Amino acid sequence: MSTLTTTRGVDKAAALTGAPHENLLKERLFRGVLLACLVFATFFLVVLFAYIIIEGAARFDANLFLNQFSQISPETAGGQSAILGTIYLGLLVIAITVPLGTAAAVYLEEYATKGSRLSRTIDVNIQNLAAVPSVVYGLLGLGIFVRVIFGEPTLLVGGLILSLLVLPVVIVAAREAIKAVPPSLREGSLGLGATRWQTTWKMVLPNAIPGIATGVILAVSRAIGEAAPLVVIGVGLITFNPNSLDDRFTALPILIFDTAKRPQEAFQDLSAALIIVSLILLIVLNSTAIFIRNRYTRKW
Amino acid sequence: MSITKTAPGAAPSLRPARPRTGERIIEGTLLAAALTSIVTTVAIIFAIFEPAIEFFAEPEITLVEFLTGTTWTPLFAASQAQFGVLPLVAATFTTSWIALAVAIPLGLGAAVYLAEYAGSRVRSVFKPTLEILAGIPTVVYGYFALTFFTPVVLEPIFGDSIGTFNMLSAGLIMGVMIIPVVASLSEDAITAVPQNLREGAYGMGSTKMQVSTRVVVPAAFSGIAAAFMLAVSRAVGETMIVALAAGKRSNFTFNPLQDGWTMTGFIVDAAQGDQPTGSIGYESLFAVAMLLFVITFVLNIISIRLVRKYREEYE
Repeated sequence: MSTLTTTRGVDKAAALTGAPHENLLKERLFRGVLLACLVFATFFLVVLFAYIIIEGAARFDANLFLNQFSQISPETAGGQSAILGTIYLGLLVIAITVPLGTAAAVYLEEYATKGSRLSRTIDVNIQNLAAVPSVVYGLLGLGIFVRVIFGEPTLLVGGLILSLLVLPVVIVAAREAIKAVPPSLREGSLGLGATRWQTTWKMVLPNAIPGIATGVILAVSRAIGEAAPLVVIGVGLITFNPNSLDDRFTALPILIFDTAKRPQEAFQDLSAALIIVSLILLIVLNSTAIFIRNRYTRKW
Repeated sequence: MSITKTAPGAAPSLRPARPRTGERIIEGTLLAAALTSIVTTVAIIFAIFEPAIEFFAEPEITLVEFLTGTTWTPLFAASQAQFGVLPLVAATFTTSWIALAVAIPLGLGAAVYLAEYAGSRVRSVFKPTLEILAGIPTVVYGYFALTFFTPVVLEPIFGDSIGTFNMLSAGLIMGVMIIPVVASLSEDAITAVPQNLREGAYGMGSTKMQVSTRVVVPAAFSGIAAAFMLAVSRAVGETMIVALAAGKRSNFTFNPLQDGWTMTGFIVDAAQGDQPTGSIGYESLFAVAMLLFVITFVLNIISIRLVRKYREEYE
């Protein structure tokens, strides 16, 4: 009898707290499923990196940097012109997007009337451009820059197309950085008789530099990973190093694409080694961006 | 003397005493930089639509055939060329839905965990993971899909029924690539949900899961929907993964185990053939690009509208 009452007692308690108990299990399960999404992404990244390193480690040698690509001897072939081409492209993208992106952001944040028709149009336009597939930029390059203006896919054409592609990223980042500069700085400067441009140049921009730099670096790291627009404008395998903006060129993603397609093992290993180079480049750029963001961004 | 000219009672003018030409020039230059984005859009539209319109003006092509034909061989000799775009659309549709089936649940789950559950230490581990995933060049994902995921993971499961080039591998790997897009935009939307909504729900005795699923996610819905739209647009526009892993021939099928030529895959493959300007092959590139541009443009507009709507609700 006593056991029965006890059970009854327990049942009663369970009736009161049962729902939360059941919920506790559901709560934990839910939390676990959510966490699993993140764990899966991390697991994928680890497998991807491990696979690339295993495949590419043997070919990650001096030949990679010293030799040009060769169809005949993939075992000793390198990618010097592609590595140089990618570095030049990155520098070109910086040279083009820093002035252009910053100027556009300054106009939109400091000069344009907020909410005016013009500034809203530009705003929607930038958002739209940011989501246009990169391959479409390639067709802009092919149809206008290559076939009408320059005649062939030169280094300058590649740099211009990649710059247009990432310009929205730079503008958005620069706008955020400019917005984060407190209005009191501007007011103080204007109150002392400085013109709008003096205020922008001497007060706003110096304080926005870390934010702009972070955005530009992330944009460059995206630009130099792009293969599709370069393939479309006709950048092929070029086995000499470009010496001027008017020279034809090749780039890492192009060479990776080409070697990955070839069925022979030796080419695929070369592809993996080239991927390691581009991942290192990517990680260096991204950690620089994170470093600048953490080190120089001022809290107001 | 000039002071006496001011009407009595009028406030002193704030206009500078002399016109500042330099300032005007600077403002003009900055405006020109801001207008680059509009020039770029106009240039893209012109560059694509002009040859695309010429494509449809060719005597052997009709709009009806383009939209309903099931064979796409524009690069073949004139006698064998066929211009039905459906195989490309079917392949794009197939790889995209597979990618979204991966990216939307996993991305949303990751976002809810990061925004509602994760402490700062957990965040500092997983945020960089997602940022690195987002930064990996897509050609690397393509290499992984073609040389590892298809032969090592999928072939043991499906055996002979799966091809070396198949849409399943491309779609699944593309899905992982899009997870960060969904996660970061959804997380922004979730973080923007005002705290008092959560507190109200807790006050009524809700559990954390109930708050997340019945209060926070619905409140952030338009932002999350915008993230989904952007994910669709990324999947439709993704190029290098499908160019490497999905295949390169006109094959009208929705079967993910078979190969398929997506719109973007066709553009990349055909562009490598160095088509002469003005040829049907060259113009066909732009016709497909026009279709792609219109699809992603509509998706972007919907996405921008959704974001604007949800901003208005809580600010």
